[in-house]
Amino acid sequence: MLTLESLSLTQGDFTLTADLSVEAGARVAIVGPSGGGKTTFLSLIGGFLQPDRGCILWQGRDISRLSPGDRPISMLFQDNNLFPHLTAAQNVGLGLKPSLKLSPEEQDRVDDALTRVGLAGLGGRKPAQLSGGQQGRVALARVLLRAKPLVLLDEPFAALGPALKVEMLDLVKELVESSGATLLMITHDPRDAERIAQQTILVNDGAVSAPVDTATLLRDPPDALRDYLG
Amino acid sequence: MAGRDQSLTVSGVLAASLILILTFGTLAAVGWRAEGAGQLGPADFAAIRFTLWQSFLSATISTILAVPVARALARRRFPGRGLVITLLGAPFILPVIVAIFGLLAIFGRTGVLSEISRAFGGEALNIYGLHGVVLAHVFFNIPLATRLILQGWLAIPAERFRLAASLGFRGRDIARQLEWPMLREVLPGAWLVIFLICLTSFAVALTLGGGPRATTVELAIYQAFRFDFDLGKAALLALIQFGIGGTAALFALRIALPQTAGGGFDRTVERWDARGRLSRWTDVLAIGLAMIFLLSPLTAVFAEGLRGIPDLGAPVFRAAVASVLVALASTALALLLSLSLAHLIVAMGHRRGGPLLEALGYLSIAASPLVVGTGLFILIFPFVSPDYLALPVTALVNATMSLPFVLRSLVPALREVESRYGTLSESLGLGGWRRFRIVTLPRLRRPLGFAAGLTAALSMGDLGVIALFAGPEQATLPLQLYRLMGAYRMEEAAAAALLLLALSVALFWIFDRGGRADADA
Repeated sequence: MLTLESLSLTQGDFTLTADLSVEAGARVAIVGPSGGGKTTFLSLIGGFLQPDRGCILWQGRDISRLSPGDRPISMLFQDNNLFPHLTAAQNVGLGLKPSLKLSPEEQDRVDDALTRVGLAGLGGRKPAQLSGGQQGRVALARVLLRAKPLVLLDEPFAALGPALKVEMLDLVKELVESSGATLLMITHDPRDAERIAQQTILVNDGAVSAPVDTATLLRDPPDALRDYLG
Repeated sequence: MAGRDQSLTVSGVLAASLILILTFGTLAAVGWRAEGAGQLGPADFAAIRFTLWQSFLSATISTILAVPVARALARRRFPGRGLVITLLGAPFILPVIVAIFGLLAIFGRTGVLSEISRAFGGEALNIYGLHGVVLAHVFFNIPLATRLILQGWLAIPAERFRLAASLGFRGRDIARQLEWPMLREVLPGAWLVIFLICLTSFAVALTLGGGPRATTVELAIYQAFRFDFDLGKAALLALIQFGIGGTAALFALRIALPQTAGGGFDRTVERWDARGRLSRWTDVLAIGLAMIFLLSPLTAVFAEGLRGIPDLGAPVFRAAVASVLVALASTALALLLSLSLAHLIVAMGHRRGGPLLEALGYLSIAASPLVVGTGLFILIFPFVSPDYLALPVTALVNATMSLPFVLRSLVPALREVESRYGTLSESLGLGGWRRFRIVTLPRLRRPLGFAAGLTAALSMGDLGVIALFAGPEQATLPLQLYRLMGAYRMEEAAAAALLLLALSVALFWIFDRGGRADADA
């Protein structure tokens, strides 16, 4: 279980507060108006921002002092998820060893991961030689290899077309289902939330509310969400 | 460009011709004189070897030492960081001879380190020779190298460091995957710039070198000219110097020189891997040592200079006035030349002539001031005594020497003005001089002010052509300072150094400020 205990962070005149927990293995969407604090919230969990107060517990262990790479977390950002000067296989290989000194057995695991996401044989290409969807798949192959129990997505597929985005989200769902990982994903499309997340967290004006059932929330949205959904 | 006044084109062509004459014309004059000149002796070959060797050492040591300093500045945020970075830009406007005075006060025979050494029963340091020349070059170029490398560091997108942190990269992994690839791209360019600068070194070799084992080609030109009155030998050496500089400049164009101007230093990258105590201390050490090395000579200039003020004599003040006048004339000339040239470059766009013309503007990097000076001397000598023209020629050559820097800041700015406001101006019927006065000049205020400040300071501190031409009664402030040091009148020299430093900084400041004052965005 992921628990955020009276977490708060103030940046200028913006304050984010969160006090909630998420069941292990859950798939949770994070929705809310832009500027409301969705990315800040995810960055706090990922370790890219330090809270002023409160702590973050994973399975009862306080992880809020750990550096981002030491947390049990894989995170994908809106963009820049791949190093442009490394090949697809090397980008995936970083998930096993940042030094990229891989044994033959580890090379095989990289190839398997690439095959799992439908990129068999493309490991030698650099990101610029891959389509947007393929780049997303490379990043997901790395998430797969890192096998961290928590997966955070900050709309990494927002720039893709609607059909491609659905395809990628289905792949994400398949990957976390088979590994049993907990998924937290930001989205601005309620249909995405309905499609793969049983639960949804609403973030509005710095206030992070506890996860509720997605279908229920969308059937009877609170005012803030209603304004946002239009 | 319809509606463009022909006079702008004409002035551009005139400027280009003048630059051609000053670089290739003087070279031709030199070549003409060198024909049938004496053979190169062993001393001349030694000078060539020494020039290349000291440049190689200076460039290598400067870039290597700059890496940890740049890394520390890239990943640490601390009070005074902005000041440190401003200081790193200062050697550009620091007169060479002032810096040498400061270095002597620390590393010289009667300097601070020698005193300490003697107090412990050791010997005094000897700063003269190869190591002294390299020391001075490293002093001047560590800041430049640091800025160039720092730019490379800050050009790595912050997102990559974030991604690296999320993947649990340690310092070693970041070095391998992110920093080393960047350094491989940046270091050769930085190394080459410094190598080029050191190739044309004259004032440093004049004061700290000399003798058969530490003479640069530039210094050999000066000696052939001044002491042996051997014009043929001077001319031959000038050709060799042009060859060395030109070859290096060709390589430089291929490696693509890093930009020297430009800001964007006020940001640091967030580094989640560098929170450890060890990396923190290495950074503190890198910045601290660099600051001590760079600031202690300047502190010495201040301390001794203030004490020496009562000793200042009339010749120093006369020289100071001459220097300021030369600097102002040189600045006016440089702006006139570069504005004319920049207009022509931008008007010609990317057609074949444009880039060629721009390359012409940068040519004076290869042409050393002493080569141009020697050529001018040969051209002038039959008509007037060069003594009369010492100061005007110095102003002219100094203006030519600063052209590369001025063009580098003006051409991109002018291009932007043309692309943003060109069509608007055309539609309003603004053309020619009127457009220049109403649109171009006000938009260029900032780069113009900066360029003017740079030119004035460079000219103020120059000790090159003037040494070649000046008669015994004539001097600019740097030359006067050099003479005082040669006569061991160190108190007066200290005060003159302080005065020179103050004037250079003041000129730069006034022009640069003038460019910024109510310059609306």
